[in-house]
Amino acid sequence: MTVNDIIRILEADVISDVGDMDSEVHTACGSDMMSDVLAFVKDQSVLLTGLVNPQVVRTADMMEIRCIVFVRNKTPDESILELAQEREIVLLKTRFRMFTACGLLYSNGLRGGCELE
Amino acid sequence: MSQAIELHYEVPGDDFTRAGEASSAVKRTLKKLGFKADVIRRVAIAMYEGEINMVIHAGGGEADVEVTSDRIYIVLSDHGPGIPDVDLAMKEGYSTAPDNVRTLGFGAGMGLPNIKKYTDEMVIETEIGKGTKLIMTVLAS
Repeated sequence: MTVNDIIRILEADVISDVGDMDSEVHTACGSDMMSDVLAFVKDQSVLLTGLVNPQVVRTADMMEIRCIVFVRNKTPDESILELAQEREIVLLKTRFRMFTACGLLYSNGLRGGCELE
Repeated sequence: MSQAIELHYEVPGDDFTRAGEASSAVKRTLKKLGFKADVIRRVAIAMYEGEINMVIHAGGGEADVEVTSDRIYIVLSDHGPGIPDVDLAMKEGYSTAPDNVRTLGFGAGMGLPNIKKYTDEMVIETEIGKGTKLIMTVLAS
């Protein structure tokens, strides 16, 4: 699945497209706790979150996550946008809530890739 | 790499939005030096967790990184309150972070366990009332 596929499935708005929109995403993680993301997420993931602060982008950068989706139409501020652009991480937002957004991606074949699965 | 590269960073404790800058800089340096992606990732995550801990619990500190061709050696030092019970602090889910930190996405009690998971060696030197030194080694081979 590519970032463009995610945009289509989640009917997402593109907040920042500085990054590779055709990059492949192999797994997904839905979480507001960044320590859980650091502990369990594989690389080439998409991160779905309702947390809107710069540490979301830093966490994604450390994990080589190339795409962040903010759920419930949460909109990041300018500082977050600039950091994401600097790190070439695509930012999207979707009107769907976390459970539904995750479910939509799961039903389209994306898995968590968690060691526990 | 014929000789070690030494990097030093001040980690400010008064601005949570800037936590992670040092780890990010180290990650970019390792990428330029051509280290394997897996090694870079492990170093970045471990150092980031340590840096966040320093900001949350100790009011900031200093990060010193020594890079050689076969290992990355990281020392995070602070003058915070120290860790009363290291074994307890190493337990997944145990956290002394204030509630406001949880609203920022941290404080889940996974920091030190994550660091242990991603490094080849981790040593904690701590003294109550004086501060903590977290020493991490990630092997490059």
